[in-house]
Amino acid sequence: MTQLKESNRKNETTKLMTLIQAINDGMRLMLEEDERIIILGEDIGKNGGVFRATEGLQEQFGDDRVVDTPLSEAGIIGTSIGLAVNGFRPVAEIQFLGFIYPAYEQIMTHVSRIRMRSMSRFTVPMVIRAPYGAGIRAPEIHSDSTEILFTHMPGIKVVCPSTPYDAKGLLIAAMEDPDPVLVLEPMKNYRSKREEIPVGKYTVEIGKGKIVRKGSYVTLIAWGAMISIAEKAAEQAEKKGISCEIIDLRTLYPIDRDIIAESVQKTTRAVIIHEAHHTGGLGNDIVSIINDTAFLYLRAPIERVTGFDVPVPFFTLEEHYLPTPARVVEGIEKVLHF
Amino acid sequence: MEHNYPIKRIVDDKGFLVDMSFEQQIDEELVKNLYYHMLRIRTFDRKAINLQRQGRLGTYAPFEGQEAAQVGSALALNDADWVFPTYRDHGATITFGKSMATTFLYWNGRVEGCVAPADRNIFPPAVPIATQLPHAAGAAWAEKRRGTQNVAIAYFGDGATSEGDFHEGLNFASVFKVPVVFFNQNNGYAISVPIEKQMNSATIAQKSVAYGMPGYRIDGNDCFAVYFETKKAFDYARSGNGPTLIEAVTWRKGAHTTADDPSKYRLEKQGENFVDPLIRLELFMKNYGYWNDEWIQATQEKTTGEVEAAVEEMEKFPQPNVADVFDHVYAEMPAQLAEQKEAYLVHLGRRD
Repeated sequence: MTQLKESNRKNETTKLMTLIQAINDGMRLMLEEDERIIILGEDIGKNGGVFRATEGLQEQFGDDRVVDTPLSEAGIIGTSIGLAVNGFRPVAEIQFLGFIYPAYEQIMTHVSRIRMRSMSRFTVPMVIRAPYGAGIRAPEIHSDSTEILFTHMPGIKVVCPSTPYDAKGLLIAAMEDPDPVLVLEPMKNYRSKREEIPVGKYTVEIGKGKIVRKGSYVTLIAWGAMISIAEKAAEQAEKKGISCEIIDLRTLYPIDRDIIAESVQKTTRAVIIHEAHHTGGLGNDIVSIINDTAFLYLRAPIERVTGFDVPVPFFTLEEHYLPTPARVVEGIEKVLHF
Repeated sequence: MEHNYPIKRIVDDKGFLVDMSFEQQIDEELVKNLYYHMLRIRTFDRKAINLQRQGRLGTYAPFEGQEAAQVGSALALNDADWVFPTYRDHGATITFGKSMATTFLYWNGRVEGCVAPADRNIFPPAVPIATQLPHAAGAAWAEKRRGTQNVAIAYFGDGATSEGDFHEGLNFASVFKVPVVFFNQNNGYAISVPIEKQMNSATIAQKSVAYGMPGYRIDGNDCFAVYFETKKAFDYARSGNGPTLIEAVTWRKGAHTTADDPSKYRLEKQGENFVDPLIRLELFMKNYGYWNDEWIQATQEKTTGEVEAAVEEMEKFPQPNVADVFDHVYAEMPAQLAEQKEAYLVHLGRRD
């Protein structure tokens, strides 16, 4: 894959794309390349998806490959299972992560364990795409960040890109993966920035994080929409003379433990940032990883800056739910001055 | 509504043909095939209960009384079709080609029991209720997309019609007009809850109206009605006409599982109006000259021998492999899982 990536960079042009355009581009490429790919979801055909992730795809590939389904999350995931075990590679869009719960039984009981229950006789190579997260002033229930419900579930992988480049690369990797992959797409990042990304095919390896800022004193660990919060906090801290390193986890299961271990062993301090609720959040798993791999290097207890243990509030108050750069800076100072 | 969905019968309770149009279609081969499979799965079912009572099998879900529904529908399938059963449909899956030994293994807590033979598309049994209906719709959709003539059948009980996935499966199947047959066995009870507390509809078949698909109510204890009506629905699906809902009215003679006591919620004489499906077939065979003492005795010996051999195979099966706990969760084991496996095997003393 590295070779492919390199060749693309050499021989093919790049294009300025937003994260949502990168998602669209990834699906278009795979629809062209792999006859088995079938995209299905609510309003994804004629309408091109409520966020335009599938814009133009039905026109180009036909309504039997880019399928407007009934409004039925369990039906979308349930029929995708049947398609997947019978030779297709479904890419199911759930309109918002906050609406995935009717399909939770299908994912928990079947998507994630058909391989195990059939001793690999039947497998479910499918992708579930779901926009997630708060901060875009969406109506209530649209803003959940419940990745932990899926990272806790054996048999499925969970990825969460924060940039256009990673979004396309991880999505294509997910579409080629032999196992089910949930792709969490930070709504806040859909159009927040553009990036030059290769027009051709490339993948970003599932299970690998990325250092997005190098630093010496504190490691900030985040993913999705929280990366930009971490970056702003790191800039503010820099002005105070505190050098922060930032890890974009990119994959939430299986987590890249090595990148966390290496960075925290170097910086000796860690602040974990996630917008999901505090209790039972993925931050706890990251604390465990640091405990297992860098305990004797630590100069301070690990700090977690997260959403609160409350349902995501209505949008006039959502800024008080989400971690802010100021809260992260507080966390940074706390671990630094312990 | 019962008038709109009269129960289709070909043979009555006394074993006489009530629909003479099938006289020519019923031949010796079909009769013997139905009898052999119904007797075979009944022998299996009773043996399984005995084994459970002796502590040689785990909790078991019996299907006695439903043999005609399961055998009739399974014999109407082609080899390349797809079967999505529940935990009470192993009569159908055994008839379709899953081995009895494998099925015993399933009820003895072995994951190997979920694995169908390579030449049969039999899904692991659905344990939650109605979740298999969308799966069947999806598998049928794939067949339609490939332009084959293959179909899928989803088995489910009366209780399943109360679940959301029942609706979602039928709705998807009808919207995309996929070749699937939704085969309901209305056996009167969902564990302890009778059908009249399950729904306010007079029939299950009438629910087909809501999905714009044909619905048929058949005598689920009449193996001929089941066989020919299911075959008709399969043919309809194979010809590109889409799904069908079939309600096979039957009776669960025994308990929900070996852990259940139906005397708590059913009267002793309840269900006596259902003539046992095997007895009905025997009456038919005697009425129409298919009964042959020698063949019957040979068939009884054959099925008993097959079941005994399956028990032996199950009991001689190699011990479960601890590695299987870890090895089939992902195609490629994530590092954290590989570590957990390694550490546990070391703990067990199987690694140095």
